[in-house]
Amino acid sequence: MVNKDESMLGSYRVLDLADEKGLLCGRILGDMGADVVKVEKPGGDPARSIGPFYHDEPHPEKSLFWFALNTSKRGITLDIETTDGRELFKELVKTTDFVIESFQPGYLDKLGLGYSELEIINPGVILVSITGFGQTGPYKDWKTADIVAWAMGGEMLVWGKTDRPPLRISHHSQAYLHAGADGVIGALNALYQRSSSGEGQQVDISILESVVEVDTTNRLSAWQQRKQVARRGGEGRAGAANHVSRRMYRCKDGWLSWSYRANPATFPSKPLVKWLEDEGASTPYVSSFDFNRPDFAQIPQDEWDQLEEPTAKFFMTKTKAEILDGAVKYGVMLYPVSTTADMMGNPQLTARSFWKQVPHPELNDSITYPGPFVIASESPVTISRRAPLIGEHNNEIYEGELGISRNKLAILKQAGII
Amino acid sequence: MAGKLLEGIRVIDVTVWFTGPLTTQALADCGAEVIRLGTRSRTQGNVSGGRAINKKSITLNFQHPKGLELAHKLVARSDIVVENHAAGTLTRRGLGYNDLRKVKPDIIYLSTCMQGQTGPYSSHAAFGGMLTSLSGFSQIAGWPGEEPISVGAYTDFVAPRFHVISIMGALEYRRRTGKGQYLDASQNEGGMQLMTPLILDYTANYRVAESMGNKCAYAAPYDVFPCIGMDAWCAIAVFTDEEWRSLCLVIGAPALAEDSRFATLLARKEHEAELDKLVGEWTRTREAVDVMNMLQAAGVAAGLVETNEYQMESDPHLKARKYFYEVVGPDGKMQRGNPGVQFTLSKTPFPERRLGSEIGEDNDSVFKEILGLSDADIAELIREKVID
Repeated sequence: MVNKDESMLGSYRVLDLADEKGLLCGRILGDMGADVVKVEKPGGDPARSIGPFYHDEPHPEKSLFWFALNTSKRGITLDIETTDGRELFKELVKTTDFVIESFQPGYLDKLGLGYSELEIINPGVILVSITGFGQTGPYKDWKTADIVAWAMGGEMLVWGKTDRPPLRISHHSQAYLHAGADGVIGALNALYQRSSSGEGQQVDISILESVVEVDTTNRLSAWQQRKQVARRGGEGRAGAANHVSRRMYRCKDGWLSWSYRANPATFPSKPLVKWLEDEGASTPYVSSFDFNRPDFAQIPQDEWDQLEEPTAKFFMTKTKAEILDGAVKYGVMLYPVSTTADMMGNPQLTARSFWKQVPHPELNDSITYPGPFVIASESPVTISRRAPLIGEHNNEIYEGELGISRNKLAILKQAGII
Repeated sequence: MAGKLLEGIRVIDVTVWFTGPLTTQALADCGAEVIRLGTRSRTQGNVSGGRAINKKSITLNFQHPKGLELAHKLVARSDIVVENHAAGTLTRRGLGYNDLRKVKPDIIYLSTCMQGQTGPYSSHAAFGGMLTSLSGFSQIAGWPGEEPISVGAYTDFVAPRFHVISIMGALEYRRRTGKGQYLDASQNEGGMQLMTPLILDYTANYRVAESMGNKCAYAAPYDVFPCIGMDAWCAIAVFTDEEWRSLCLVIGAPALAEDSRFATLLARKEHEAELDKLVGEWTRTREAVDVMNMLQAAGVAAGLVETNEYQMESDPHLKARKYFYEVVGPDGKMQRGNPGVQFTLSKTPFPERRLGSEIGEDNDSVFKEILGLSDADIAELIREKVID
């Protein structure tokens, strides 16, 4: 475990009230060394019911989704809707630097725990609010969902195939993770400002805006600069062309991402041709193809196929691992479509000691986690502990840090407040 | 004190394309002085497209010994260096971290590339459009059993967030300890942060995540539904039985709420195809915006699939929040774009925006005011093609 003083945020404390929408924010701050206390409702946060589950056993202490987004946090339970709960929360706020929340706008104000109240208790506190649409504007009280964020965010219209509905990325919400990361950026800017002003403030994160920023096909500049409505063209119709080109090719054990249909100066195809030639897989047409020809986009389909077909045949003789290795060796700008299993075999990740073993003693197991998002030479970013169990640190924090007696704790527990 | 957020922080920007410029754009949006370093012949990216807002630009040929010396002098008066070339490129040119820490011991230096600065694949160059496949996103985008779908340069919009977080963390660390540091960011490793739950499903359960179209394991209906017009859709997400009952009222079929095929989440998941057809029949004869407004008014999550045009010109919410900025373009016309950071603060405003400088536009002010050169020095350096 990294010494707190040697981490980026070792001297700060975070109270994390967020649900699914904001869990990543606290996780990142925790991995950067902050003392993050996850505050859950008695009985546990609803996000514990989100799968996948350890050994497929649906149980609030076995949610892998929960594990993934709550590393480096301690955990307490607290019902802030009760009077006693609110008072306890206010006690905690006195010594905290950040509060993260993702309630509907106005909810904390109604409880008397909005920013204007927290500021009185602790003028330095920074309140990070992560909601579907932000704290202001006509949609602020609307509900969101991952698919709603990507739909309104504009990306769904450009993801997928032309003859199929717009598409989102499957599984857990990607939108909430972008917003969680943006919460960290806002929080650290507010902290930087506090170092000169002494004052905290509220950070407003709109999940919708976090997703608008994700502009994977330059749809915003397509409208701004060319007044062009960007839609799906997943089969490779990038701009006007007389041929359809592939973006995905099959290989021996899966798929890979490669396209000849792009600016040849930016996606050099020559190294791939060299690789085909070295392995006797090229044809006279492929070997003599001029990637700088000005009529690149006007090449008719039957001619274009003479470029793609030998390439497709060549890829079919390779595994994803061989593709990755060859791409590096020949300097070809392509990558295999990795599955989560493939990642574990990627020699680069192994060489960088990316994978981290995190002990889960109550499961009699340790689980392999992805490592940090950055290798920092002086103040490492690292998982300091596995996600907390429900109320795991109640005694440590309420008794040990707030000095609440065991008798009082027993009363609070029986009243369902902790 | 209500100063600009990162006022007084100077960033030397040796980046091209997307991930690097988006990283320094976030810092520039927050008030840092970002100076793009390049030459006229070497791409710095152009100022349109929203990746050069408020940035300065100088031209300096650091392959010339005098250029390198000036670059070192500039770094000595700076706080942060960001570069996104293939691993080793800048080190070979005398602008690596170990060179620069000699002239500025507390420099914060972030290098970002596809797969990180160390390891057998470190020098491999590619783009986010492909890296998105290596990081796992293509595998989980698409319809079950069909070919993976490209989600564009997705990682280009994940990695910069982690870069900015790393730099802000390093700035805080420097404030407390006086120490700078080297930040080695792999865009693959940054991207994979957003895959973590599915990676754990593999490492704990050996289950390989597959694409499942638009579906969600714990909600139904959950998809986009066709509306009036060409390629017009509305997303609808129903998690609870209460939301389902509200939806039934909105579509004028209260009896459906009691229908045993759909009354509970389990039942709705079991009859999801039937359910989707039924909801689609109702949406099909309506405008997407109406479907969204009616459902949201009833407490059901819904949102139209926005075109770039609707988003930039019509979306009333983004308009009310003044999300898109306007700056005067080089042709004198208004250019619009979205901000480089996705947060607002209740007390500290962001600095005003202007279009970034053209290549070399700040040569005079930077070389004179920061490096103390005279007009004669500059003329000589231009003649020697050091300032180029």
